[in-house]
Amino acid sequence: MDAKKYLIKQISIFSENRPGRLAAIAHTLGEEKVNILAFSIAEANGFGVVRALVDHPQKAHDTLQALGFNIAFTDVIAVKMKDQPGGLYEVAKILGDSGINIEYSYAYSGKDGAVLILRVDQVEDAIKKIQQSGATLIERSVFH
Amino acid sequence: MALWDPRIEEMPKADLQKMQYKLLKSLVYRLYSFSPFYHDRMKEQNVHPDDIRELADVKKLPFMFKRDLRDNYPDRIFTATQDELVRYHVSSGTTGKPTVVGYTQKDLDLWTTSLARGLTSIGLGRGDVIQVSYGYGLFTGGLGMHYGAERIGATVLPTSVGNTERQIELMQDLGATAIACTPSYLLHMGEVAEKMGVSIRNDTRLRTGILGAEPWTDKMRVRIEDWLGIKAYDIYGTSELSGPMFTECCEQKGFHVWSDLALVEIIDPKTEEPLEPGEDGEVTITILQKEALPMIRYRIGDIAAMDDAVCACGRTNPRIHRIQGRVDDMLIIRGINVFPSQVEHALMAIPEVGQHFQIVVERKGALDDMLVRVELKKESFSDKITDLMKIRQNVEHRLRNSLNVNADVELVEPGSLPRFEGKSKKVIDKRSL
Repeated sequence: MDAKKYLIKQISIFSENRPGRLAAIAHTLGEEKVNILAFSIAEANGFGVVRALVDHPQKAHDTLQALGFNIAFTDVIAVKMKDQPGGLYEVAKILGDSGINIEYSYAYSGKDGAVLILRVDQVEDAIKKIQQSGATLIERSVFH
Repeated sequence: MALWDPRIEEMPKADLQKMQYKLLKSLVYRLYSFSPFYHDRMKEQNVHPDDIRELADVKKLPFMFKRDLRDNYPDRIFTATQDELVRYHVSSGTTGKPTVVGYTQKDLDLWTTSLARGLTSIGLGRGDVIQVSYGYGLFTGGLGMHYGAERIGATVLPTSVGNTERQIELMQDLGATAIACTPSYLLHMGEVAEKMGVSIRNDTRLRTGILGAEPWTDKMRVRIEDWLGIKAYDIYGTSELSGPMFTECCEQKGFHVWSDLALVEIIDPKTEEPLEPGEDGEVTITILQKEALPMIRYRIGDIAAMDDAVCACGRTNPRIHRIQGRVDDMLIIRGINVFPSQVEHALMAIPEVGQHFQIVVERKGALDDMLVRVELKKESFSDKITDLMKIRQNVEHRLRNSLNVNADVELVEPGSLPRFEGKSKKVIDKRSL
């Protein structure tokens, strides 16, 4: 099994907790014609981490880094969910039953259905277990 | 009003100066003979004890600085052996190293005497209950006041710092008539008392505050006195001089510096020339009778003016007016001295953060609040919030260890703090006293 094709490059950006930081990031990505497919902010009193899936992660990384942002790539995986009541439960139960520990997660629901994005500890192991359980992982090529 | 030591306190000026000259002369001879440190200093300055022919000749002597204590850590310039010492106190230094002060029994006695005179001069004595809310321990405030208060026959309530509600209960239950603490802590106590439904003015016997260890103003004095219904007196000292040493008298017009214990000069910090009474300059003190750690022309770094006129209280010993500021960038946070260089030093040992920093000091409620902003290094950035929290906790922990005071830490983006700008930009002090 080629697990690598399921590893999606998320960009993570360190941000001080003050007005205008998100606007600065979003403006830069817009200027560079980078499209944001999904994103979340994790906040910890005083600072935050902006996490995003974009169509051109390398370009986003290089541009933001050149502007002085503290930015890193993080591998995440994406699981397809049914866009209907109980959809999240189905996937969450699989993860729980398989003993997969989630570090963090966020989701979006778009025209092609709903997607749960996951950052997990043992990613290759998690990919195997998710596939064995019958859930669908989305390939990296769908995003970028 | 009573005097503790009328002979010294009311001695005519000319006699005070004669006494000081004799004490200075014998101090200088002793140090020249027995202190390798001070012997070398005098040689470098090309001055011999025989050159001290009158009191004004003190200006021929070399200065001492806090760095002399740091450079000779822990006890290399002590002039007493360990078996002659009865106590140590330790304070934070300007960088990682603390400064250590040692005391012989005579040193403690004179320190206590100095405070006994001061406390008597504000009308305290037998029958008073003095609550000592300065920290007990390595800091000189608690133990210094403790012995001074016992010496005058007052009853000491040694509450030390913290647990404010309990302090207020004890103040009420045991009928404290005076409290020794920092002015900001007393304001904090007043606020906490009100939340508990206790009015310090109406529900306690408190009538006197002996307040110091941090800068405050006459505006604060008025606020404290009007609100809490007490008289508030300034007290002054540093661990290098022994600890809290000199208080204002009942006149509240500057603290009396006892001439048999200390010789004060106010100098221009740039030209190092003596200034006239009334002119603001750097307080420079020679402790005349100290045995374990004599300090000659010690440059404290505080700025104030001297008043040499006989005080309305009748005391002839000169006074120093309220401290106006510092010649360096030292900050006082909750009574603890903090140098920005200490912060820099602590940060150097933490690989995850850069060495640029910014200190923001605010007064939240009545208490000082220090925030240190540091830049997270690029290579230390982790997508995991818990990793970042750990870095921040580690910085807070290290700063606490080296500063002896709590600092909140804010991680900021690399390159976001001001660079190449003087000390003033490193510290933003928003406190208005």
